[in-house]
Amino acid sequence: MIEFQSVTKQYPGGQPAVDGLSMSIAKGSVTVFVGPSGCGKTTSLRMINRMVEPTSGTITVDGRDVTSVPAAELRRSMGYVMQSAGLLPHRSVLDNIATVPRLNGVSKRDARKRAEELLDVVGLAHSLGGRYPSQLSGGQQQRVGVARALAADPPVLLMDEPFSAVDPVVRDELQQELLRLQKDLAKTIVFVTHDIDEATILGDKVAVFATGGKLAQYAAPEEILRAPANNFVASFVGRDRGFRHLGFTSSDGVAIHPVPTIIRSSGRYESDSSAAGGWQLVVDADKRPLGWSAPGTETQLIPGGSLFRPGESLRRALDAALSSPSGLGVALDAEGRVLGVVRGGEVLALIEEARQVRQAAL
Amino acid sequence: MEWFLANTGMILERGGQHLVLALVPMVLGLLISIPLAQLARQSRALRSVVLTASSLLYTIPSLALFIILPTILGTRILDPLNVVVALTIYAVALLVRAALDAFDSVDADVSQAAQAMGFKPVARFLQVDLPLSLPVMFAGLRVVSVSNISLVSVAALLGVGNLGMLFTDGLQRDFVTEVVVGIVAILVLALLMDSVLVLLERILTPWERTGPRRGRGSEDDHMEPAGAASRATSTAGEAA
Repeated sequence: MIEFQSVTKQYPGGQPAVDGLSMSIAKGSVTVFVGPSGCGKTTSLRMINRMVEPTSGTITVDGRDVTSVPAAELRRSMGYVMQSAGLLPHRSVLDNIATVPRLNGVSKRDARKRAEELLDVVGLAHSLGGRYPSQLSGGQQQRVGVARALAADPPVLLMDEPFSAVDPVVRDELQQELLRLQKDLAKTIVFVTHDIDEATILGDKVAVFATGGKLAQYAAPEEILRAPANNFVASFVGRDRGFRHLGFTSSDGVAIHPVPTIIRSSGRYESDSSAAGGWQLVVDADKRPLGWSAPGTETQLIPGGSLFRPGESLRRALDAALSSPSGLGVALDAEGRVLGVVRGGEVLALIEEARQVRQAAL
Repeated sequence: MEWFLANTGMILERGGQHLVLALVPMVLGLLISIPLAQLARQSRALRSVVLTASSLLYTIPSLALFIILPTILGTRILDPLNVVVALTIYAVALLVRAALDAFDSVDADVSQAAQAMGFKPVARFLQVDLPLSLPVMFAGLRVVSVSNISLVSVAALLGVGNLGMLFTDGLQRDFVTEVVVGIVAILVLALLMDSVLVLLERILTPWERTGPRRGRGSEDDHMEPAGAASRATSTAGEAA
């Protein structure tokens, strides 16, 4: 557990970068520090491994004051991942990953062996091990950064905007990968980002920092979206927070209706229903969705919207309906076969119902 | 040509002396400049003091230095030590700036990442900052190598053995061939040293030849010594 006790960081001749921060971070959880630039989130993170020394207050990790441990030793007990990966450009990928074990006195051979294992853990091909960082893509570099942070198996992982320099698709991949890793590793992760979406996806708890280094709200992401503590949090969380909050509402109870389909196999179209005059879903021989066919244009394939699987959140269900050209959200089973469709209106009714249940409970 | 063939032994010997007189100060200069540059990085004030002092050092005429040093060091005027000390001073003057630029060229993010991983200061300097500063450092070394080789010849006026003696001797005897051979020999020596430095840099910085920035980087490297060579030569001329 990491504990901040009225920690303040004041640089000479300015307002405090972090102002009286008190919070405790649970062991084995992901805690995200989020806020606009200059809110002190990165400074707070860096005070944990003493890259920045607080002006006043104390930080303890598992009850031990961080200043009671020599800085270098403390840092080796915490993995650190930063925005540009911060890989050592003059060392191969394997040697980069092996850095901290080597600093801890592990032999070169054992450290490299461990590094090889970590390539698997973060999903990188072994053939990349001998390359220099400049020969990797941004996403690969970040994976190496994560592998390097994990190499000495530290209980704490500090991540300073690690995914903000990669494109959205890769970022999404890396986020999912981190969640998958965390399931097995159960590290205490402190993650800094300015992206509220990233915060709500990754965080078990989210700490929203306001300008001037004050902690504005510290709660589960669902609560931050549903009940922002003040105007600052509400405006930072932003315009889509209602929609994002649906990401935390269960879709149990959403009705899945049958849908008229056209089976397309080996170029032939075969309608399974007499539902002429309506939208029909085009599927392949295995009932996997291919797209929609508009009324009257049976042979023309219109790309479909996002897909929904029962058990996912209401956000997914609603988005499936909203993004579908037919207004019907396609629901799939675990194997990716079409189960049926959900209707946007019904999802909205369900959302309203859930709200009334919550209201009654207050 | 005949003269050259008849005197290859002497020319090689002078060349060897010349090389030692140029090389030893360069190495000494580097060893002194690195800690000085590190010191200069501690504060803005120190930085400007060190940079100004190093520029001033370089403006002392070399001939004057060769003559003054024996009284300061208590050496005889013909002692090669005078030349070594004088050229070390010039090497430091050039290399402090180069070393500062070299350390500044290390990506702050990388340096910070190394710190965050738990490198202690000395280990971080030796394993991260120093190797990453090599490309810029080598650019500085190449300037000094050319500058030193040209400055050594001035010491021939005092009678300290080196290729410059071919000039003094040739002038006294009004024998142009010897002067020309001297010039060519010095050029060859400078080229040789430069090639060795380039080769050494390639061996020590294998990561520099990977990735997308390669083409531009190597081109820049070739630009600097050319300009530096002419600067060094003109300085030597003034000093003489």
